[in-house]
Amino acid sequence: MIRNMTQYRGSSDYIVSDELRNSVNIAIALGKPLLIKGEPGTGKTMLAQSIAGALGKDLYIWNIKSTTKAQEGLYVYDTVQRLYDSQFKDHDVANIKQYIKAGKLGEAFQSSDQVVLLIDEIDKADLEFPNDLLWELDQMSYYIPETRETISAHTRPIVIITSNAEKELPDAFLRRCIFHYIAFPDPEEMGQIIKVHHPDLDKRLLEQAMETFYMLRNIPNIQKKPSTSELIDWLQALVVGGISPNKIKQDMPFLGVLLKKNEDLDILLNGLQQKTQNRVPPRSTYWNR
Amino acid sequence: MFTEFFYYLRNFGVPVSINEWQDLMEALELGMAASSLTAFYHLSRALLVKTEAHYDRFDLAFASYLGDLESPEGMPEKIWEWLNRELPEQDITEAMRRNHQQLDLEEMKRMLAERLAEQDEAHNGGNRWVGTGGTSPFGHSGYHPGGIRIGGTTRNLSAVKVAGMRRFQEYRTDETLGVRQFQLALRKLRQFTTRLEGLREELDLEGTVDKTCQNAGRLELMWARPRVNSMKVLLLMDAGGSMLPYSRLCNQLFTAVNKSNHFKDLKVFYFHNCIYDWLYHDPSCSLRNYTETDHILRTCNSDYRVIIVGDASMSHSELMRAGGIIDWDLHNDQPGIEWLRRIRQHFEYSVWLNPISSKYWDYMEGAFTIKAIGQVLPMDELTVEGLERSIGRLKNRSQAGKEKQIAAR
Repeated sequence: MIRNMTQYRGSSDYIVSDELRNSVNIAIALGKPLLIKGEPGTGKTMLAQSIAGALGKDLYIWNIKSTTKAQEGLYVYDTVQRLYDSQFKDHDVANIKQYIKAGKLGEAFQSSDQVVLLIDEIDKADLEFPNDLLWELDQMSYYIPETRETISAHTRPIVIITSNAEKELPDAFLRRCIFHYIAFPDPEEMGQIIKVHHPDLDKRLLEQAMETFYMLRNIPNIQKKPSTSELIDWLQALVVGGISPNKIKQDMPFLGVLLKKNEDLDILLNGLQQKTQNRVPPRSTYWNR
Repeated sequence: MFTEFFYYLRNFGVPVSINEWQDLMEALELGMAASSLTAFYHLSRALLVKTEAHYDRFDLAFASYLGDLESPEGMPEKIWEWLNRELPEQDITEAMRRNHQQLDLEEMKRMLAERLAEQDEAHNGGNRWVGTGGTSPFGHSGYHPGGIRIGGTTRNLSAVKVAGMRRFQEYRTDETLGVRQFQLALRKLRQFTTRLEGLREELDLEGTVDKTCQNAGRLELMWARPRVNSMKVLLLMDAGGSMLPYSRLCNQLFTAVNKSNHFKDLKVFYFHNCIYDWLYHDPSCSLRNYTETDHILRTCNSDYRVIIVGDASMSHSELMRAGGIIDWDLHNDQPGIEWLRRIRQHFEYSVWLNPISSKYWDYMEGAFTIKAIGQVLPMDELTVEGLERSIGRLKNRSQAGKEKQIAAR
């Protein structure tokens, strides 16, 4: 076993599988970024919070959007502000440093203690984005040409990267990461997860709701499968609405919490109708879009 | 250490690089596998496999490297019979866990061989003989950390057999091409606008310096229009039955084109085998939802880049004869080939992408129509190289012309 090293063991509000826990500890020990992939709602973002909480470290979150540039994570040089300041002589514009603003990655590097850095939904960004971060994540340092400074991390931050697989990531980037795929939890694991969020739930209600939930997930052709977080919301709605467990399977109340697309609702309703009328299901369309 | 495993993985199609291998060696030196096979499995998978699509290949390679765990060879038929009887699941207690120290794989194989020699009847439960249930390291449905499962399905995940399970089979995709590669190829399809139209939203550094100098040093910011892609694309896809085998490939191209948000305009239409008077809005190609091909030729400028995707394989009459359309209740006054000629003439740049590998083009059932269409439109196979060649053709005509000459020779 690894001695004298920080070990992540999961936290009370987040159920972690053995495999995932191993992956986290491998990433921490080797000082490499951990790339987490998986269906939406499998708790990818929660993982970083749980690690930060369990190890008592600060968490820096860098949310990636389609317009995010790699440079922004390191630092931004506010040239326009400096130009404006130069107009009025009340600032010393010779000191470029004050116009260099560190991004999330830069902040994480400069922190004196080890921190947890979450780069959330890296696949949202431009195709070249991950490649632009290769050196910085490898060396945990970057160079600011404007001030001729090299910023390097005091302690390598624990980097967690999440991806929804909207875009494929480049191989060179993948080679530098530890990879873990969060499989969708099976009913047993799901039971544990729910217990964390709804500790005293009626057993029959849970049973019925879970059955309905997995039934919905198993319908073929459904475009957006309901995920864990949606199940948790649904259970909340069922409890608040005071729905009797016997009615869940028949009526499927608050279905809008689980299924978010009109097409999916139609598929479900058609499927149910056919079941009752015992008709042959139509051939699936060829493009399956 | 384990160097052979590296080659096993590569042979099974897991793209492992030396860097990743060295990381694994480093991790092993740190003692992170904890001398346990299960930990080694997780450690090596986390470090060496970078997409869930390769989990299955990794499992196969792992199982194969660690001595053909599932291989029935050398197992007497009788043992399979004993093992085929199912048993209820066993509860595992802490005490049981403690009682079993992990055994070395070689040691276990030796013991298994010995026991096979001694055993002559079915054993279920118990802790020694090969059978179902129980805590003997051999057999299935039982519990032994690091035991060898022989057939059956797994009950208590604990050991080497995790690899034998192939849990990640459904994620496996034997993709020759990824969406990403297509996307990267499509990126080359761009043509920048001049700086004459659009919003001024980029800082024009030179202009600012000039203007500020003219103002005797008082800052005045100048803004310029960013150059954006003006490429417009018309994508026509064959949705006929003969395209079914290539639907995955076509889906990838479709996804890549759809996600390429750098086009100024993207229109997608479908057709059944060949293009006639109608272009359909969805792949079902029903007459409820269509646009007349004539209308498209009228309304789309000739600077639209046309990409046609299809197998180009059809019967002779479908392409060459009036009324040759495959749909029973439709009639075309002009033969399909004529429509293709009109598209080729109207649009300055057009290409045909064929999912069939080019080496079969001369021998396929549709060889005649592939050749005939290839004479009207430049045809490439639907691979990354083919797409790149096609994009070259869509960008400048001189290249298209040159290749035509080469092809003619």
